[in-house]
Amino acid sequence: MRAGGEFAATAALGDKVRGHALVATDGFSARYDLDRIAGTFSRPEHRLFGRSYIGRILVLDRAKGGVATAWMLHEMASRGVMPAALVFNTVNPIMVQGAAFAGTTLMSGFAVDITQAVPDGALVELDPTAVPPVLRILDGPQKG
Amino acid sequence: MMLNDEAEAMVRGAMGPARQWAMQHQQRVGQYFGAADLVRVGQAHIMADTESLGDPGVAFLEHLAAMPEAARRVRVPTITDPRGTDFAAAQRLKQQDGVVALERRAVAAFEALGILMTNTCVNYQTIMPPVKGEHVAYGDTGVVIYCNSVLGARSNFEGGPSALAAGLTGFTPRYGFHLDAQRRGSLLVELSWTPAALHEWGALGGVVGRLAGDYWRVPVVTGLDRVPGSDELKHFGAAMASFGSVAMFHIPGITPEAPRLADAFEGTPPAPTRVGRSEVEALLASYAQDVDTVDVVVFSAPQLSLIELRALALLLEGRRAVVPLLAVTSPQVKPDADRMGLTARIEAAGGMLLQGMCFYQSYARELAEANGWHRLATNSAKLTNILGGYGYRPVLLSMEACVAAACSGRVA
Repeated sequence: MRAGGEFAATAALGDKVRGHALVATDGFSARYDLDRIAGTFSRPEHRLFGRSYIGRILVLDRAKGGVATAWMLHEMASRGVMPAALVFNTVNPIMVQGAAFAGTTLMSGFAVDITQAVPDGALVELDPTAVPPVLRILDGPQKG
Repeated sequence: MMLNDEAEAMVRGAMGPARQWAMQHQQRVGQYFGAADLVRVGQAHIMADTESLGDPGVAFLEHLAAMPEAARRVRVPTITDPRGTDFAAAQRLKQQDGVVALERRAVAAFEALGILMTNTCVNYQTIMPPVKGEHVAYGDTGVVIYCNSVLGARSNFEGGPSALAAGLTGFTPRYGFHLDAQRRGSLLVELSWTPAALHEWGALGGVVGRLAGDYWRVPVVTGLDRVPGSDELKHFGAAMASFGSVAMFHIPGITPEAPRLADAFEGTPPAPTRVGRSEVEALLASYAQDVDTVDVVVFSAPQLSLIELRALALLLEGRRAVVPLLAVTSPQVKPDADRMGLTARIEAAGGMLLQGMCFYQSYARELAEANGWHRLATNSAKLTNILGGYGYRPVLLSMEACVAAACSGRVA
């Protein structure tokens, strides 16, 4: 566990946010991977299959798949069945466009593999307003 | 991001609140990617099925649609991706009344914005293909990869809100595939085998997409023993985009920005990754495990061309589907299929020819629940890749094997 770790990002948007991380080395698409009604990962091959993403800071490798995520983040946010923020090693335009439209905090581009740097369940803070934007690990994984 | 006078006026609200929202959205996106300025686009194409939009997205469109006409109309030709239903078939598909009503609201809002309801993901085959070097704002990954790669047009993946913003402003931020540097090859794939059937082209696209695995990588594919056709490259690109989020590829000697291998790369090409029949067969086999019966057979994603529909009609000649067989095409191709008797031949064999929708964009989870569909056969690698998250067990087969499965209920 690396409580106290701080990781600068190359780009970010949205508001400062704090929450517990949900971490995997997989990619992410709202269409391909989620049951957006239940608020869980529904793609059997995904390492987060069956886990709830609601209110968590998703830390994943890369944005993948198609364009639907751009609308879907807005729809998910309107129902409150939404991650608290999205963090990626690499984004595609869709994830940025969707986060910009939904008003979701998004951060990407780190000097390290961020999915290895952040422990699953850790309490993290994202500050997109910092220069450069920064992800901070505040505390270790939450048990239970 | 530098704005010209016109864009400055939009961001100030001098051209109405719709264009102000659009330009502010484009500023946020452009700044994220370090865009230096905006580029004028010739067309926009919006992905906006109501499963993705939801009620909040439709309400957003209606909010724009309620503005005065001069403030709400798009400034460049703007067309749409498939809808969430084929209105004429919604009852047969057991789609809920609420789905149909939400779709009707979305259509009315789009029409009020001056958007052309083309409802197609194959606009490069049916509407107006962009030309080499033309900047566009396209909103379907299969459309983007085909138009960037095969036609030499220039587009990023533009999600619904961003494609709409481009329609309203006539611009898009100049980053990614609008720039020469991003269009250079970054991965060399050397093939030892050339696919024959469409599902193999899709599977090959899936293999290459997984190898690339990143929007910002551009595969350069060599070793084909012939020039592929439009439907083959359609399945190849759509699957590559789906499996890898890839937006562009080169095939030296075939695609327009790489007459020779040396043209595809900036400097020396990287060491090649070799791909052959075994990699494609491994991908096919990964979906076939323990699937011996099917509940539904689907031809969709991308929408079928007239040529694909003809092939399907020939395969169904004198046969009868015993499980639902759905074939999906564009509203542009459907009238030709009707006129040429293809629709009648497909439906005489028990199939349904749907238009203006696409299976995975049409409430696939609800379709499964309403119709008891779980095991699904298709010749679309893209569809196979998507549907796992919707609770299906998809299997990727040739069109011939899909028809056989539809007529027997079993996977041979």
